[in-house]
Amino acid sequence: MSTTIEQMNRVSFDADRIRADFPAATRTVHDGRRLVYLDNAATTLKPRVVVDALAEHMLLGASNVHRGLHYLSERATEAYEAARDSVCDFIHAAAREEIVFTNGTTAAINLVAHSFGSLLGEGDEIVVSQMEHHSNIVPWQLLCERRGCVLRVAPIDKNGELILDAYRDMLSDRTRLVSMVYVSNSLGTVNPIEEIIAGAHAVGAKVLVDAAQAVATRAIDVQALDCDFLAFSAHKLFGPTGVGVLYGKQVHLEAMPPFLGGGDMIASVRFEKTEYNRLPYKFEAGTGNIGGVIALKPAIDYVSAIGFDAIQAHEQDLLTYATDVLRGHEGLRLIGTAREKAAIVSFLVGEVHAHDVGSILDQEGVAIRAGHHCTQPVMEFFEVPATARASFSIYNTREDVDALSLAVRKVEELFE
Amino acid sequence: MSALDELYQQVIIEHNRKPRNFRVIENATYVAEGFNPICGDHFHIYIVVGDDGCIEDVAFDGKGCAISKASASMMTQALIGKSEIEARQLFAEFNSLAKGDLDPDKDDNTLGKLAVFSGIWKFPARVKCAVLAWHTATSALDEVDIVSTE
Repeated sequence: MSTTIEQMNRVSFDADRIRADFPAATRTVHDGRRLVYLDNAATTLKPRVVVDALAEHMLLGASNVHRGLHYLSERATEAYEAARDSVCDFIHAAAREEIVFTNGTTAAINLVAHSFGSLLGEGDEIVVSQMEHHSNIVPWQLLCERRGCVLRVAPIDKNGELILDAYRDMLSDRTRLVSMVYVSNSLGTVNPIEEIIAGAHAVGAKVLVDAAQAVATRAIDVQALDCDFLAFSAHKLFGPTGVGVLYGKQVHLEAMPPFLGGGDMIASVRFEKTEYNRLPYKFEAGTGNIGGVIALKPAIDYVSAIGFDAIQAHEQDLLTYATDVLRGHEGLRLIGTAREKAAIVSFLVGEVHAHDVGSILDQEGVAIRAGHHCTQPVMEFFEVPATARASFSIYNTREDVDALSLAVRKVEELFE
Repeated sequence: MSALDELYQQVIIEHNRKPRNFRVIENATYVAEGFNPICGDHFHIYIVVGDDGCIEDVAFDGKGCAISKASASMMTQALIGKSEIEARQLFAEFNSLAKGDLDPDKDDNTLGKLAVFSGIWKFPARVKCAVLAWHTATSALDEVDIVSTE
């Protein structure tokens, strides 16, 4: 029965039509080879509607927001704030005041580490997992140095799954914040985020969800999750680089001091006393990436029109197929075999270094990432210097998996 | 020859499979550590300089991709018997070769077998792999300079 449903999903999901919306997905590389883009965990390609929105702002708008009284500034402000409403709906936030634009997930996490972190003190504990991206490790290490907090690391098992019991044992009344990744960028693991959040709340700790890798793969409802903070980047959601979102419960954002000081984040400035602006502007100092924010809205509209049920079914099909096909390669080792995974496959081809794999695949037109994926503790845990990583998105097909497999065969031939 | 075949020439594949002078030299005159944080390539280079100032022995150990490992292996062979000046000259030539500034068929050079890396410049992301061992060896020799001026 499940086969029938999978087949139906594959038929109803028209990856070729989607591909046509992404000019880069239909281009060639290296003198005429079809590009097989499997580096979606690094950044997704951009559909024409997103590029058009960005170009329209740059060419016809280009005004600053929240200050000009003229026509162009008003239009830019409308579009900028419409994007905020769009994000608010997209992640089911309770209010638009809870949506802060940053320049990316990293900046959003750093904002929390500085602002929320300034409320922490000696001996307060922050819990992350062993599978975090460096951007969800280093800001907390810096905070620990500043405030004397303690960083604790919840371990993973050989499949790349969080060991929930060990995580729960780590929680105590000293835990102030749990900052954890929803979907691992190097392993593909989908963490049991509801249980992680429930465990943290049970001891009174707040939770930041790093949704950078999750946001393009599943519907996110911050109220249902009951997370305190959630961060993601537009560029992994078919939007432009240089735009990120920090969601924070209003009650927390109200209690937190500003992060960056400057224009737009103030109500009034006097040398005696400066009053800060209301939310979310309190956290948006300076001129942001206005065109990028405006172009995030069509990206959200684009994925919403396809729908996450269809996207997930398609990507799970690709994941299953890719896993089967790669397992058929003798000597190939999969890194990250969690029961619940997003369409991310990290692997090693025999003894061949991942960079050699990456270069050879690239010559075949297959774009993957090779390296530690900014998760060195994960590489250390699996005792590998680097992995090759293929990550799939809405415009990928089973033919792309076949092309990957053929290119891997080329690696094997060259290094046999 | 395709760009790929040019990059992974048989000589390089072979040196990757069976790296020469892949060992630790205890009591080496100079030891330097080379590290490429982005790739995770990590080598130690050991150099023994004789009384006549010539390089008597060179070895390396560590981990890296095929390009960095083959380059290190071939470098150890090339450096043995060279004076420090000759070694530096070879490094300069290899650096130019890796960047595509030197054509081993047209420009004067002493590269010999090292010319096998002539296609690397077409892979900008891999140039750093090819030159890692050389940079490491040079930093060891620079230590010689520092020591000799004291």
